[in-house]
Amino acid sequence: MADLRCTIAGIESINPFWLASAPPTDKYYNVVRAFEAGWGGVVWKTLGVDPPVVNVSSRYGVHHDSGRGVIGINNIELISDRPLETNLQEIEACRKEWPDRIIIGSMMAEIDEQAWKELAIKIANSGVHGIELNLGCPHGMCERGMGSAIGQVPEMVEQTTRWVREAVDIPVFTKLTPNITNILWPAEAAKQGGAHAVSLINTVNSIVSVDLDAMAPTPVVGDKGTHGGYCGSAVKPIALNMVAEIARAQETQGLEISAIGGIETWKDAAEFIALGASALQVCTAAMLYGFRIVDDMIDGLSAFMDQKGYRSIEDFRGMAVKNTVDWNELDMNFDTKALIDPETCIECGRCHIACEDTSHQAIEFKIAEDGKRRFTVIDEDCVGCNLCAHVCPVPDCIEMVPVKNDKPYVTWPEHPLNPLKAAQ
Amino acid sequence: MADGLNHRPSLSGPSKDELDASFDDLHKPLNSIKAIAAAEHCLYCYDAPCIQACPTSIDIPTFIHQIRTGNVDGAARTILSENIMGGTCARACPTEVLCEEACVRNHGEEDPVEIGLLQRFATDHLMANATSHPFSRAANTGKHIAVVGAGPAGLSCAHRLAMLGHSVTVYEAKPKPGGLNEYGLAAYKMVDNFAQREVDFLLEIGGIEILYEKALGRKLSLADLKESHDAIFVGVGLGNTNKLGLDKEDIPGVEDAIDFIERLRQADDKTTLQTARDVIVIGGGNTAVDAAVQSKKLGAENVTLVYRRGEDAMSATAYEIDLARRCGVTVRLWSKPQSIKGDTHVKAMKFERTRIMNGKLVGTGETYKIPADLVLKAIGQQLNLSALKGLEIAGGKLAVSSTFATNVSGVFAGGDCIKNGEDLTVQAVEDGKQAAHAIDGYLKGDADG
Repeated sequence: MADLRCTIAGIESINPFWLASAPPTDKYYNVVRAFEAGWGGVVWKTLGVDPPVVNVSSRYGVHHDSGRGVIGINNIELISDRPLETNLQEIEACRKEWPDRIIIGSMMAEIDEQAWKELAIKIANSGVHGIELNLGCPHGMCERGMGSAIGQVPEMVEQTTRWVREAVDIPVFTKLTPNITNILWPAEAAKQGGAHAVSLINTVNSIVSVDLDAMAPTPVVGDKGTHGGYCGSAVKPIALNMVAEIARAQETQGLEISAIGGIETWKDAAEFIALGASALQVCTAAMLYGFRIVDDMIDGLSAFMDQKGYRSIEDFRGMAVKNTVDWNELDMNFDTKALIDPETCIECGRCHIACEDTSHQAIEFKIAEDGKRRFTVIDEDCVGCNLCAHVCPVPDCIEMVPVKNDKPYVTWPEHPLNPLKAAQ
Repeated sequence: MADGLNHRPSLSGPSKDELDASFDDLHKPLNSIKAIAAAEHCLYCYDAPCIQACPTSIDIPTFIHQIRTGNVDGAARTILSENIMGGTCARACPTEVLCEEACVRNHGEEDPVEIGLLQRFATDHLMANATSHPFSRAANTGKHIAVVGAGPAGLSCAHRLAMLGHSVTVYEAKPKPGGLNEYGLAAYKMVDNFAQREVDFLLEIGGIEILYEKALGRKLSLADLKESHDAIFVGVGLGNTNKLGLDKEDIPGVEDAIDFIERLRQADDKTTLQTARDVIVIGGGNTAVDAAVQSKKLGAENVTLVYRRGEDAMSATAYEIDLARRCGVTVRLWSKPQSIKGDTHVKAMKFERTRIMNGKLVGTGETYKIPADLVLKAIGQQLNLSALKGLEIAGGKLAVSSTFATNVSGVFAGGDCIKNGEDLTVQAVEDGKQAAHAIDGYLKGDADG
């Protein structure tokens, strides 16, 4: 069985699966249940300066698919609404009772040095392994000058990170908001400020749906709603890209990554690790299914690693980074064509209509002599876009087959049709 | 012949509650959770095979997509725009040989989408919730059309004619509308008086008048109708039943399966239909299965369905035959009726075993007897030709053109009474709809009549 231990910011964890700072890590009771279930660590729900915030009733909105599967949820809950001292005592108790599990203290404050430093010291004194700066919350707290209001200004990211580094001698994680133009700017700022690691992504600013009876965004609080933080599997692609951007940029080299964003399965976890993450944080999946989902995350990741021959997380961490490049570095001579297997085709016609109406009219539809509906790719017209393979309901029925054209690897900057190249 | 069922002392058969339960919906309707799950199974195929397989060409992928998006009444309108009796067809169609057989999910060795149940979900929803009829009438054309027969073909034709702006008078031989929907389908397929509720719904469009107990040949003739109307649609179904051609075929206890089913369908309290102990049903179609299953449900101890050929030759679908067996009906194949035993009442029937020799069905000479106090004949029906004089007949049925026109100008026909009639409600509905458009064209002078 593969070794799932991981190290991030010098902190050693029994596995890479931590619960993110959010409702599941709100208090002693939940955290103990999470540790009992097998989670390697938790980032405690964000603590602020007393007096604690007051939350509204009605806090989550949902983006369902038509079968009531949850694509994503958003929330308008604020940070911990319990007294700081209560939280700190519970953190201390958990640390004592679960010495092999990681607890990170998440915090936020207004942009005031004393406030940040005093709070950081109090939290550090509770025995946490590290401190995470919540610079991402995109609802409510940002209206008070905290959360994403700080995270969206790289100078403030750097400043707050530095304040916390100066105040405490435990590892510092800066949690980034995705609600920015370029994730590298705040990541670089965090690095400048001395962060040991960045945690990303925080939730994506969103209106998840509109209640067409109330004519208000959901969740509706009385008769009005507000924008909230979107999370769940829907945001995974956004998170993967932002993690990859940081992992492969020169400016952020060496910055460790605690990846967050729609991780529901071992496979999601492996993908983030392949893009360079040292540890992982999960929230929505636990909120949807309970803490037990960590079982298969552990088992599945371990089985995957055994199958591939990876003995430790480090064996494959970041392996996909070198293959994640700018568009300009892609091979213009690579060519692939769809191939439909008539044996497994169930004749639904989805590939045909997708290609016919929205792509390159490259799938011919004919009724064969035996009465079967036959869908055939016209190679000359197929550009290898993959759309047919994606809409096909049968796994592996449509294969994308690379064309052996023996052409050299040519990038766009080198390509003869590139007008800039011609001008040279 | 009802008294034929009462010749024995009362059976300690099922109670009224038990009977009501056993005649409840054969397929329970989907609730909204199941409907969404069933709809999710649909792939929204392009140019879908299920549409081709539906005689009325309902746009099935679209209506299922509409269920998925929560537009359930829109789904119902999609169905009803092609098939105004979509509610009955959802209950009675042999979907296993129509839309659901064509479902591409079958190719993946999966279960097909439950199209029939989804159609019922949508149409029931609209009928329960709609505040107005989903279709409106075109401007009044001033034309008046006679429709003979208030069965699926006639009512479908009437509804479409009304939509097209014509006025319609329907002449119905029986005291109630609906034809086989009301009198002929198995009770467990049409619970809660659905046939009448559907007719009420259909008539909401307006412009349709139904006159009851008006049968062709009884103070009503095609010539009179032609005189007083601009066009005629004949949807009379098949009024006569085939005979076994045996002695004693008229003794008490031997009756047509369709009469038995009609009596069952019209009974408010099925305990009054105390059935026989030993029932024989003769025939291989869905009517035979309906009669056999319902006999069993009424409490008969032994029900034997006898068919002269092998199972492959039965016109009942494999699903229906299996249903009969699951209900405890004994299916005996390769046997033909030889004689009826009994004097004042049937006591048994003698059958001769059959086989195929040189491509022909022949008796083997070997016989056996099955005791019976009720024999139900389900060996097919025939068109009653007596009131249809002047109309061209082909193969015992009315001959019509591709536009449902008979040889008499202005007289159209469809449903079971025409040459290509397929003995399916859904086909009758389609015939009526297409004939309505043909009549509309005829009245506008752009089609032959």
